[in-house]
Amino acid sequence: MKALTFKQGIHPEYNKDLTKDKPLKNAKRPEEVIIPLKQHIGAPLKVLVKKGEQVDLGQKIADGDSFVCAPIHASVSGTVKEIRKVTDPGGNIVDAVVIESADEDSLNSGLEKHKNLDKLDADEIRKIIREAGIVGMGGAMFPTHVKVSIPDDKDVDYVILNGAECEPYLTVDHRVMVERPQSIIFGLKALMKAADAPKGIIGIEDNKKEAIASMQDACKGDENIEVKAVETKYPQGGEKMLIEALIGREVPAGGLPLDIGVVVNNTSTAAAVADAIRDGKPLYERSISITGRGINNPQNLIYRIGTNIGELIEQAGGLKDNAAKVITGGPMMGAAQKNLNIPAVKGTSGILVMLKDEVEEFEPSPCINCAKCVDACPMFLMPTQLVNYQKNDMIDEMEDWQIMSCIECGSCSFVCPAKIPLVHYLRLGKAQVMAKKREEN
Amino acid sequence: MNNELIVTSSPHVRSQDSVDKIMWSVVLALLPAVFAAVYFFNARAISVILAAVAGAVLTEYIFQKVRNKKITINDGSAVVTGLLLALTLPPSIPLWTSFFGSVVAIGLGKQVFGGIGHNPFNPALVGRAFLTASYPVLMTTWTVDGVSTATPLSQMKMDGIATDTWRLFVGQIGGSLGETSALALLLGFAYLLYKGYVNWRIPLSMIGTVFLGIFVFGSDPIFHIFGGGLMIGALYMATDMVSSPTTKSGRWIFGIGAGFLVVVIRLWGGYPEGVMYSILLMNTAVPLIDRYTRPRSLGEVK
Repeated sequence: MKALTFKQGIHPEYNKDLTKDKPLKNAKRPEEVIIPLKQHIGAPLKVLVKKGEQVDLGQKIADGDSFVCAPIHASVSGTVKEIRKVTDPGGNIVDAVVIESADEDSLNSGLEKHKNLDKLDADEIRKIIREAGIVGMGGAMFPTHVKVSIPDDKDVDYVILNGAECEPYLTVDHRVMVERPQSIIFGLKALMKAADAPKGIIGIEDNKKEAIASMQDACKGDENIEVKAVETKYPQGGEKMLIEALIGREVPAGGLPLDIGVVVNNTSTAAAVADAIRDGKPLYERSISITGRGINNPQNLIYRIGTNIGELIEQAGGLKDNAAKVITGGPMMGAAQKNLNIPAVKGTSGILVMLKDEVEEFEPSPCINCAKCVDACPMFLMPTQLVNYQKNDMIDEMEDWQIMSCIECGSCSFVCPAKIPLVHYLRLGKAQVMAKKREEN
Repeated sequence: MNNELIVTSSPHVRSQDSVDKIMWSVVLALLPAVFAAVYFFNARAISVILAAVAGAVLTEYIFQKVRNKKITINDGSAVVTGLLLALTLPPSIPLWTSFFGSVVAIGLGKQVFGGIGHNPFNPALVGRAFLTASYPVLMTTWTVDGVSTATPLSQMKMDGIATDTWRLFVGQIGGSLGETSALALLLGFAYLLYKGYVNWRIPLSMIGTVFLGIFVFGSDPIFHIFGGGLMIGALYMATDMVSSPTTKSGRWIFGIGAGFLVVVIRLWGGYPEGVMYSILLMNTAVPLIDRYTRPRSLGEVK
């Protein structure tokens, strides 16, 4: 079977061996969780609990009236200690509910359990997904029920599950695919039913043979579900790249996969959908890879949302003495943290710790026009030219040259021999273009 | 521990390539041509090359020192310029001329524009153009084994004498130090291709255009490809990253344009050569070529 792929892209070192064979295990139940009240893309939520109130595991603690939002649930049973501002892994300062754990958990989510999908229609499935607070768990945290709410004028042909996991080091999706393939297939069927899509495809990078075999095994006999191997190449798990690789369609610039009849979800998101429907379990815990050479005992853990990342690191044997950088997410798109007192959220799929000698600090030198960034960009942009425009505040030119199509995958910065932080300038440029658009409106 | 964590923006891993690695790889790639030069033109080739490299590195150093900039002579780019210039000079050229050519190449061709990355023209060719205009006699006196001779192209142009193809290919002919042995130049180019430090579209389209053009107008294309500076120009100078296009289609246009100009100059112009001016002329068009060959981005409706 020849692996499918997109054009251009890069081949970083994958470094998945640190954790790929470590089975998922439950992290220690935290004594306190700090749950940020904004863990989705969309409108802010209203808090539903007060200081001193007793809450149950899975109880909704924040919700909103807006269509594009996802409620948040208590990840332990316990007492609301306070509501205060915290810094989330994305660096945003947000309100958070601090819950002191009780001795035992009692699940009380108000969600019914459904053995199978037969008695549920699309609306009911969407409602469960929404009430369970499920968002894209690949990192973007876009509310999943919104993705499968299909406008009347659109038809969906495919629900694609993203099991590419192209970020180096991370192995969570891999483990979930190996250990919980039936849940993923159940979730996929629910998403297909909600989106009224006839076909489902699971795209997995071909360096994850075990995951491919596991998923193929789980969907045997399902004629409308296919597992396809895609080439191991970054950013294969980018939504647009995966669609291009699997079905050869292009998402129009500024548009959504929905515009070409596709809905894409992460494999771990599909497993969370299954948990919500079958077990009445909202999204209060998730899996994470705690990895990197700066970690004493790399692990794949299942943790409660709102657990301190420092605590998770301790459970993976703690930091080595010469650990120098702690990143939430993977090395290509993850965010470096300046301290460990940060709660892990619904989109936190990895904690990567790098050693001092792995963290190279670069002095950028002038661009030599080598065009490696142009040849690497999976969106076919010209990073070097866009950066010239950005440095000269040429906002109209940036827009003309399609800067808004940049997916910030970092391939350009990765390949640059002059070590110019190209994607950093592109982010600045995108912000400038957006600011100008807001001003015009 | 916590307050010592390093925070930078993503990505947190980088490829192992660097500007220094690219430049020194080009130097390495030019070594076969240097050995060929020494083999065909004796030890004098070494002195000419050393004079040019010294001129280039020294000028780079002085400019950066005077302008209070970081000294970057270790990045190898000045060495490349000196080496490339030397390889386009006749073996009998006085050492001071070789040195002076490099001073102009780096000074006027590169540093006045702001140094590495900012030069619109290939610096080595700027140096060579300066020498050709200023010292035409020195620049067109050729010797092989101590005997004065003419280059195959000028023999053809002036006297209608053709040269044996095999001698053309290995380089046993009159000509500049490094341009005579196509074999040596191709060896080095293959290495750069393998490392991914050079693009193949420009040389392929440039040499292809010369082949076709010469063939169509009734001359011997093999002779024109191996008989002069086309090989070194197409493989190492037209492909200079700084002064060539960044888009794939732009590289085709650049190569075809340069090849076309070579044909025009060689067949109808006053010079037997033409590679140098072809590349310099196309260098001027690079910003324009890049501007009009931006690829369609994924999902864009143009």
